[in-house]
Amino acid sequence: MAEEIAIPGWKKWLEGIGDQVGFFINFFRNIFTGGFEWSEFVRQCYEIGYRSMMLVGITSFIMGVVLIVQLRPTLVAFGAASMLPKTLAVSFIREIGPVIIAIICAGKIASSIGAELGSMKVTEQLDAMEVSGANPQQYLVVTRILATTIMVPILSVIGDVIGLFGGFLALNLRDNMSFSLYFTKVVASIDFSDFLPAFIKTIFFGFAIGFVGCFKGFSSNKGTESVGIAANSAVVTASLWIFVIDAIAVQVTSLLFYK
Amino acid sequence: MEVVRTNNDQKETAKSKNEAVISIKGLKKSFGEKEVLKDINLELKRGENIVVLGRSGTGKSVTIQCIVGLLKQDAGSLTVFGDEVADMDDKQLKDLRIKIGFLFQSGALYDSMTVRENLEFPLTRVLKLTDKAEIDKRVEAALDGVGLLESIDKLPSDLSGGMRKRAGLARTIIVNPEIILYDEPTTGLDPITSREISDLILSIQKKYKTSSIIITHDMECARIAADRMMIMDNGEFIAEGTFESLHKSNNKIVTSFFKDIL
Repeated sequence: MAEEIAIPGWKKWLEGIGDQVGFFINFFRNIFTGGFEWSEFVRQCYEIGYRSMMLVGITSFIMGVVLIVQLRPTLVAFGAASMLPKTLAVSFIREIGPVIIAIICAGKIASSIGAELGSMKVTEQLDAMEVSGANPQQYLVVTRILATTIMVPILSVIGDVIGLFGGFLALNLRDNMSFSLYFTKVVASIDFSDFLPAFIKTIFFGFAIGFVGCFKGFSSNKGTESVGIAANSAVVTASLWIFVIDAIAVQVTSLLFYK
Repeated sequence: MEVVRTNNDQKETAKSKNEAVISIKGLKKSFGEKEVLKDINLELKRGENIVVLGRSGTGKSVTIQCIVGLLKQDAGSLTVFGDEVADMDDKQLKDLRIKIGFLFQSGALYDSMTVRENLEFPLTRVLKLTDKAEIDKRVEAALDGVGLLESIDKLPSDLSGGMRKRAGLARTIIVNPEIILYDEPTTGLDPITSREISDLILSIQKKYKTSSIIITHDMECARIAADRMMIMDNGEFIAEGTFESLHKSNNKIVTSFFKDIL
């Protein structure tokens, strides 16, 4: 039997890009053609959103506490201890909250989607769906990507609130700061231009997490090992995309809001 | 089991029994430099069961994947109900797939859904049925037909290998396909369950008047279900005939399949 010709690395890379572009186009085409899978979409919102809430909440709370504990000595040394609520609020809402929560979601959600769809491919469930005349992209991909696009921003807002609450508890324990004072300082320090750009970028983070998870699952090979590879690759790629999107978002935001 | 058939099905079954529902001529398919299908020629008549035998890796599964358009051939002609599969657009391919049932080796049940939801899936997504009573009736009838009604609300992970195959078969027949393609339906099953599945394949052919291509290594399944058998080796068919005629063959490859048959 003839040996298979080895495809050069650059050609594989280009093919990979082409496959992703095709997957991206198919996703948008499938949103607007055929019926929308509402029940699966709601189920995915529950799985992705509700089931990630505990993890996001705990992580955000700890981040809020840790940031206050780390920031406090420096700000106290400069006689700026009163700036702690503002520093925490601005840094958490603009950058730390959205990015950390998106990275956590990439670890939990992208890997789970990649592994689920990868195992469906290995066990021929995707083929079974396709040969039955149903559209697996419509049922599995559109619902998951839209669910992550909607739920990651919501998780991010919830995480911001919990993170700020964690910061309050840390300040209250150290400096006995009252909630009303902390709350007033936080609200006074943040405005529309802090929240909106951060919220918009979480929509892109959510899309990237869902898209990468689905693409890696769909494009996995038909072997059990490929399920692990799909899950692992989904986390790594989604995390990378989150930083790339964040870098772009920071540039765009600074041009538009912080001239 | 109550057979639910549409007017179209009745019209189709009234057609000539000699009509070829699948016609393959000179089919070739390669993966890279590896030529998997060299020259496949096959004609499946209406109401006929063809069993395809062959060693692993000879191209049996690739052939049936080409029939449903999961793979595209490199050369040759493959027509189903007179239409060339390679020339079909997405809509035509979807319409064709509704007429072809495909039973995968593993059953390929959707593991996040119960057996009931697995069977409802093609009814609601493909046939676009909305009447709950009609859906329930068809699901229960299909499961009753394969003897799995008591497992209707179980998850696939709670089913044995044989039960998964039965559930997969019920999901395949629930849309009343005219052709069923079986990919190693008895692989991994004990001899008793294998025989039950083989009997089920035969009863489905008789009850639903389906035409089938059955890929198997199981000679007992072939003996029970085959109207005609085709032996595949190295990407082409090397022998064809009834079970009895092939049993008497002097061809070395053919006799190797029958060596354990008395």
